[in-house]
Order: sequence, then structure tokens, then C-alpha cells
Amino acid sequence: MASSIVITGVNKTFPTPSGAVVALKDITLEIKAGEFVCLLGPSGCGKSTLLNAVAGFSLPEQGRITVNGQPVTQPGPDRGMVFQEYALFPWMTVAQNVGFGLEIKGLPKADIRSRVNALLKLLKLSEFGERFPRDLSGGMRQRVAIARILALDSPILLMDEPFGALDALTRRSLQDELLRIWSELGKTVLFVTHSIEESIFLADRIVVMTYRPGTIKRDIAVHLPRPRDSSAPEFNQLKRELSELVASEQARHEAAERLALTTD
Amino acid sequence: MNEGIQRFKGVMLILGVLALWEAVGLFGWVNAKVLPPPHAVAIKWWEYLSPQQPYDADSGSRLSWLLSGELIQDAMGSLYRVLAGFVVGTLLALPIGLVMGASRAAYQLCNPLLQILRPIPPIAYIPLSILWFGLGNPPAIFLIAIGAFFPVLMNTIAGVRAVDGIFLRAARNLGASRTTIFLRVILPASTPYILTGMRIGIGTAFIVVIVAEMIAVNNGLGFRILEAREYFWSDKIIAGMLSIGLIGLAIDQAMSQLNNHLLRWHRGLEH
Ligand SMILES: Nc1ncnc2c1ncn2[C@@H]1O[C@H](COP(=O)(O)OP(=O)(O)OP(=O)(O)O)[C@@H](O)[C@H]1O
Ligand SMILES: [Mg+2]
Repeated sequence: MASSIVITGVNKTFPTPSGAVVALKDITLEIKAGEFVCLLGPSGCGKSTLLNAVAGFSLPEQGRITVNGQPVTQPGPDRGMVFQEYALFPWMTVAQNVGFGLEIKGLPKADIRSRVNALLKLLKLSEFGERFPRDLSGGMRQRVAIARILALDSPILLMDEPFGALDALTRRSLQDELLRIWSELGKTVLFVTHSIEESIFLADRIVVMTYRPGTIKRDIAVHLPRPRDSSAPEFNQLKRELSELVASEQARHEAAERLALTTD
Repeated sequence: MNEGIQRFKGVMLILGVLALWEAVGLFGWVNAKVLPPPHAVAIKWWEYLSPQQPYDADSGSRLSWLLSGELIQDAMGSLYRVLAGFVVGTLLALPIGLVMGASRAAYQLCNPLLQILRPIPPIAYIPLSILWFGLGNPPAIFLIAIGAFFPVLMNTIAGVRAVDGIFLRAARNLGASRTTIFLRVILPASTPYILTGMRIGIGTAFIVVIVAEMIAVNNGLGFRILEAREYFWSDKIIAGMLSIGLIGLAIDQAMSQLNNHLLRWHRGLEH
């Protein structure tokens, strides 16, 4: 069921009025079928850009991305994406949003309804099925976006800070739920986060990125047994190590920005 | 509570204006032939509204008798033309607008022509419409269709172009086909703009119908107030004008209801 993702030598630049921004430079990354990989890095380092490239929305100008050996040329429901901006359809109710992917697949109405209800229950949204997204809080919208992708049952999940807007408690329970879905259904997950702790809690591998150009700084395998205990010494050892990496990258990024400001 | 007071003040203002208007006639400040007092307008209005013949069971039902008054006949004639022209104009504008909004090539192809035609007021088509369609309903409907066409078209184009790309990406990610994206994403996402265009369009249609009736048709509210002028019936002119105002208000209210219903998902809309 799971699929592998192979990213080789990918470059992506964005033209802007103040010159080209190198969002991704020479990214090479192999994600094995069934692996859970977290992308960690400062804001603006190209995490969303990389996810968009794998999803097939914006193809890289150099390099290749393959999924199960097939080059990525366009988006598709085999790579379900949870967008950083949620991207819920405001004119559809919560239940319609969650069921839209199944409707597109042509499932019978009754099947859609039962599957949507199960997902709403899973994400504690049962009472909100008939509401429109505008009536929901940020965290609830985020859960709808997650439900919409889980409904697709895609072998690959691309998740762009999916738990960013949630309170600590909900976040923990959804992390557990995601791990359960991932291990039971054998998904491949590429997960963007700002939280070092979240990445250690979830990932098989943590990929730390650098800021402008966006490159891979470190690729760290996490060997801790699951379920992971955030008070374990190994957990904290890794957390310190990652904090230092991210902090040094943050400092470099801030220095670069100061430089850019003074030369402008 | 507060709202009740506001509404009360609004009603008081209307009554005040009516009183002033009545006073103008009462004290002979203005000749009643030029500006008849409100009570005279009201009497004329009732006359205009009432059936002209006494009820006769042989010639039809009571309802059709009740609706046989001149005002009602005129209003129905005007409304029919507005709706027919509006439907024609909208049905032409919507698909063209959707295609022009979604396709850059179509936009670049059609836009220059559109920019040339758009500033021509629908009223300027009157001579041509009479040459082409003669007198009666056809030229009026043609003019109204033109009046409704451009606002709906321009707003539809703007609406489609304003659709946030993130929705298209989300839909493609879910595996939606082009048709599905068009019908389930682009169309609903642009309804706020389309409905605005329709609201402007029906307003224009209502202006155009009055003018068209003054020139090319021999019934309807526009025809009636012009006819009344020939006999110096200023009370009937004003009664006709107020009827036009009330019907315009009713149409706008109906559009606004439709708007609220179709956009109940929309942010910032209170219902
Ligand atoms: N469409 C675009 N046009 C121009 N520049 C862009 C575009 N998209 C992204 N960028 C630039 O590319 C860089 C990477 O952006 P990206 O959104 O991938 O960052 P990110 O790592 O996801 O950041 P965050 O954590 O804040 O979401 C940024 O510097 C951004 O300014
Ligand atoms: Mg991002």
C-alpha cells in the first residue's frame, strides 16, 4: 500500500522584484515506503515549496521527483496534502468538504456519509458536520482539513504544519491518532513542523533544512522506540542536538536578513 | 430597542416630508397642476390600481378582475420585459464571463471588443433596436438584455479571476476533473461577484425598461407616465413614479434575499 518518494537534485527559484529567491537548492532526499519523515527548518526555508513540488503543484526547474518510480507531473489523490492554509472550501459544509474527495471518486452517497461520519467522530467534529468553515475556530478548520485528506486514504500524506493551530492537548491526541493511522495503514508521511519536540515524537527521520538557499543541513534518523516518552534522556539528548542545529540556522538567517537590509 | 427607535425616526421623516408636501399645496405655494398634494396622488393611485370595469362573473374569475386595473397591467408588462431581458442578458453573460475569466487566451481575444462596446449606454441602442425589431416587446427586451449583460459579464470575469489559487490546488489534490473544478469550485467561489453583477444588472434593466417603454412600447409604467404628461396629469405621473420606486425596491429586496441564501457560507455576511 505504501509508496516511496525519491527526490533528486531538485532546484526551485522564484523570481521576485528584488531578484530571484532560491527556495530549494540541490535537494536530494529518499523517503522509503512506509517511512515517517519530518521536515524542520526556519520560516521561509522552502518546506512548503518542497511539499508543493512533491504534490505536483509546482514542478522543479531542475531535478526529478518520483513516486514509486513514476515521475511526478501533476497533482493527484495518491498524494493527499494538508495545506498550511487549510484550503477548506468555504461554500461547502464541513461534511461536504470531508466527503468531496470521495464524491470525486464516485462512491455511493451512503458510503460517503458513513465514512464522513466516522472521520468527523475521529476528529471530534461530529456536531459540526452541517456547519460552514466560517463558523469554526482555526484548530477546528485544521482538523477538517486533516479529515478531508484521511478520507482520500492516499498512500502518501503530505502535511504542512497540520497541527500548528491546535492546543497542546488536541495536538497530542491527533499526533497519537496520526501515528496509529500511519502504522496501521502503512502510509508514507512527509510532515512539516516548526516544533522540534513534535518532530522527535513522530518521525523515523528528521530532515533539517537551511534558509536561503533551502538545502538539507542534516538528516537524522530517530531510533527511539515508540510510543516515545518526551521525558526520556535520549529524547532530550536529541532535542538539545536539534535545538542547536535550528538555532545556528536561525542565527545565520537573521544575520543574512540584517545584511540584506543594510545593503538594500 | 435602539433599532426600533431608528426605524421610528425613519418613518417620522417620511411623514414629515409628506406633511410638508401637503402644506405646499394647502397654502398654495405651488400650483397643484405642477405639484399635486399627496392626498390627490393617493386618490389617483387608487384609481389607477382599481379595475376599470365593474365585476362581471361571465367575463372571468374574480382574481383576473382584481388584476385588471391599469396599474397592475402596466406593472406586469414592465416586469415581464425586465425579467425576460434580464434572463437573456444573464444567460449570455454567464458562460462568456466564466470562459473569459478562466482562460487567459479567451480574455485576451475578447477583451478589446468588450472594452469598445461596454461604454455604449444601452439607451444609445434604441434607434438601432427599433430598426431591427420594430416596436413593442422585442426591442425593449433587446435593450434590457444589453443593460443586464455587461454588469453580469464584467463581474463574472472579475469573480473567476479572483478565485484563490489554493482552492484550485486543493481540488486538484483531491483528484477533481476540469469540469468538477469548474462547477464545484470556480462557480461557487465566484458567486459573490456574480450576484453583485446580477444586482447591478437588474437595476440597469429596470432603468432601461422605463426608457424603452417611453419610446418603443405602448404600455407599461414608463409609457404610462409619459402618456400622463401629455394630458397634464401630474398626479398620475407621480403615482406612476412611486409605483416604479416600489417595484424597484421589491426587486432589490428579492435579489438581496437570494444573495443571503446563496452566500450563507460567506464570511462577513450577517443574516
Ligand atoms: N510564489 C512565490 N513567489 C515568490 N517567492 C516565493 C513563492 N513561494 C515561496 N516563495 C519564497 O520561497 C521561500 C520558501 O517559501 P516556503 O513557503 O516554501 O517557506 P516555508 O519553509 O514553508 O516557510 P513557513 O515555515 O513560514 O511556512 C520563501 O523565501 C518565500 O519568500
Ligand atoms: Mg510553509
